Amino acid sequence: MRGYAGRILRVDLSSGDIREEEINYDVARKFIGGRGFGSKLLFDEIDPAIDPFDERNKLIIVTGPLTATVAPTGGRYMVVTKSPLTGTIACSNSGGYFGPELKFAGYDALIVEGKSQSPVYLWIKNGKVEIRNAEKLIMKSTHQTEDIIRDETDPDAKIASIGPAGEKLVRFSSIINDKHRAAGRSGVGAVMGSKNLKAIAVRGSRGIKVFDPDGFLQAVKAANEKIYASPVTSKGLPAYGTAILVNIINECGLFPTNNFQRGVFEEASKISGETMAETILIRNKACFACSIGCGRITEVKTDGHKMKGEGPEYENIFGLGSCVGVSDLEAIAKANYLCNELGIDPISAGATISCAMELFEKGNIDEKTAGLPLRFGDADLLINLIKMIGKREGFGDILAEGSYRMAERFGYPELSITVKRQELAAYDPRGAKGMGLGYATANRGACHLRSYTISPEILGLPEKLDPFAIEGKHNWVKGFQDYTSVVDSTGLCIFSTFAIGQKDILNLLNTATGFNYTSEEISIIGERIWNLERLFNIRCGFSRRDDTLPPRFLMEPLPSGAAKGQVVELDPMLNSYYEIRGWDENGIPREETLRRLGLSG
Amino acid sequence: MPAFLQIDPSKCTACRLCELACSFEKFREFNPEKSCIREVVLLEEAFYIPVVCYQCDEAWCLKVCPSVALTRNRELGIVELNETRCTGCRMCTMACPFGVMFYSPEKGKVFKCDLCRGNPACARICPTKAIEYREEDLTLQRKRKIYSMKLMDAYREVQK
Repeated sequence: MRGYAGRILRVDLSSGDIREEEINYDVARKFIGGRGFGSKLLFDEIDPAIDPFDERNKLIIVTGPLTATVAPTGGRYMVVTKSPLTGTIACSNSGGYFGPELKFAGYDALIVEGKSQSPVYLWIKNGKVEIRNAEKLIMKSTHQTEDIIRDETDPDAKIASIGPAGEKLVRFSSIINDKHRAAGRSGVGAVMGSKNLKAIAVRGSRGIKVFDPDGFLQAVKAANEKIYASPVTSKGLPAYGTAILVNIINECGLFPTNNFQRGVFEEASKISGETMAETILIRNKACFACSIGCGRITEVKTDGHKMKGEGPEYENIFGLGSCVGVSDLEAIAKANYLCNELGIDPISAGATISCAMELFEKGNIDEKTAGLPLRFGDADLLINLIKMIGKREGFGDILAEGSYRMAERFGYPELSITVKRQELAAYDPRGAKGMGLGYATANRGACHLRSYTISPEILGLPEKLDPFAIEGKHNWVKGFQDYTSVVDSTGLCIFSTFAIGQKDILNLLNTATGFNYTSEEISIIGERIWNLERLFNIRCGFSRRDDTLPPRFLMEPLPSGAAKGQVVELDPMLNSYYEIRGWDENGIPREETLRRLGLSG
Repeated sequence: MPAFLQIDPSKCTACRLCELACSFEKFREFNPEKSCIREVVLLEEAFYIPVVCYQCDEAWCLKVCPSVALTRNRELGIVELNETRCTGCRMCTMACPFGVMFYSPEKGKVFKCDLCRGNPACARICPTKAIEYREEDLTLQRKRKIYSMKLMDAYREVQK
């Protein structure tokens, strides 16, 4: 079978055992790769009830059949594990060069098991694998870690590592690869830290072959033509990056401000993609095999010297900007670089800090407890707190637990803007209600990427929906969730779907793998993956009572802007959603649903 | 004059699609290590440049080859490799100042860019036209224009 490297690498850090396994193509056919294949491995191999920091938890790094090919945006890999932030299944996606290099080294996936006694890193080169001592990398930033390991291994090694935050088990630690790309969400970096695994370095020179080379090139050409024709992928994203959304979302009144107390940030224009392009942007940068190129290389001055880095992305401009009331773009960029170096998710970091700021504003945390006044809009404070979180110093130790655990500790969990304890991303669901249902039902806790209904509700793609209506949104959410599950399993970036559709992806997959999928089969696969993740969560004890939103969105109308007066009417959407999912009223998949999807027994 | 590859690093996004397209053209697989064009990505400096054979007029690879496997093809504007003559001695890989003569351990021979004999795959795939295949050197034209516009701005500034 083609498209795949054909092998899985299994490393047990407790025993030091290193094993190669052939990929099971029956499973690959049913789950494709990436998110689907990784979730299946995790589901089969761990007891979902274990603590995420238990050494029986596994860290699965997995690519898709289109990763490392010329398919547009075919450079992604996934990290699948049980999340220490949410207690649900976690699946974080990243681009850059690391995922393709793993495939060039001969592996579709790497499964890390057990726990090392002391800090180590993995060095993988064309089927040769070493577990190496990482004592000298303790508390080193992700950037320093990459530089040191490249010196010790190969100047072209591609590296994924954790920063101090992952070592200190900050519950929203990320894994950073190629210095600036992140498997950002759900604390996957903390699981890596709990295994005493500081980094994974790979280098490979094994090629990837496809099933039908000429057909594949034609499918690539057709997909690229759509990418170059779409205004989003050919103009908006390359010119302004994801930050092009700042002004759009703000004008629609759902740009979360001061911990989601408002949906309009008065100073949004200071931190917009357009402003970034005029000020700190140096150039754009693409991930591997990407014909869009939305990455931002930026430069800011700090203490007299210049600092270069990547980002900030739209979500981070919210997390480190509007959500904490900061409108200084240079400070946001600096905070973003820091998050990458320390290995922290900027969305959760910003949203946790903003929650603490609201608690302070309301008098629920005093200055003595926090050690310093937590005022919205204080950029220096933001940067200090991020440093403190990254090393769990002072009040940072409390913030490092995430917004929910922090707010609960002070007695106000309702002020934590989280679903299943994961912080929301940059869209207030009161201004686009499909997002409300999407956040409430996402299998990794609040997530904007699992069903991006912003596309129809705000951007009008593929058609314009009334963002405040709830009728029919359950169909959109289910459709997007299932489709995204497929895209996340191929190795493509979700941004490709602004331009290419299911038929394009089907053509790419079939010519690459030879699986000869039909479009019905692909739809079923998406639904299968979604239900498998759901089953994992149900075995962790999750059910309908967890498929909810913070009370703020259900009860407090937005005070101003284009979405003024709106709340999310969640229950009716949720009822209809369960019904079309074939789940019972408690959100448990019915037996006939599981049978239809090949998941029973 | 035959067409040649014109590379504008300021347009390059470091996506490395050129490497994939090249290895696929030459070896029917996706493998940057089998590509005749290599993207150099200087992450810290935010500088990216595809490096490829410049088909030098005074080609050191050609001069040093003991088996006359490398010859000049004036029609295509390339230094051409005759694979059957190549003995795999790798003298050319050492002589090339740009590091773009490659050795294939599988074949026991070198490989190099032949501009896909007039239709280079790298230029076809490049999403930002950082690599273009044409006769006239637009990169130089563009450079002159950018330079002139800077001069113009400075001139106007002085006149204010």
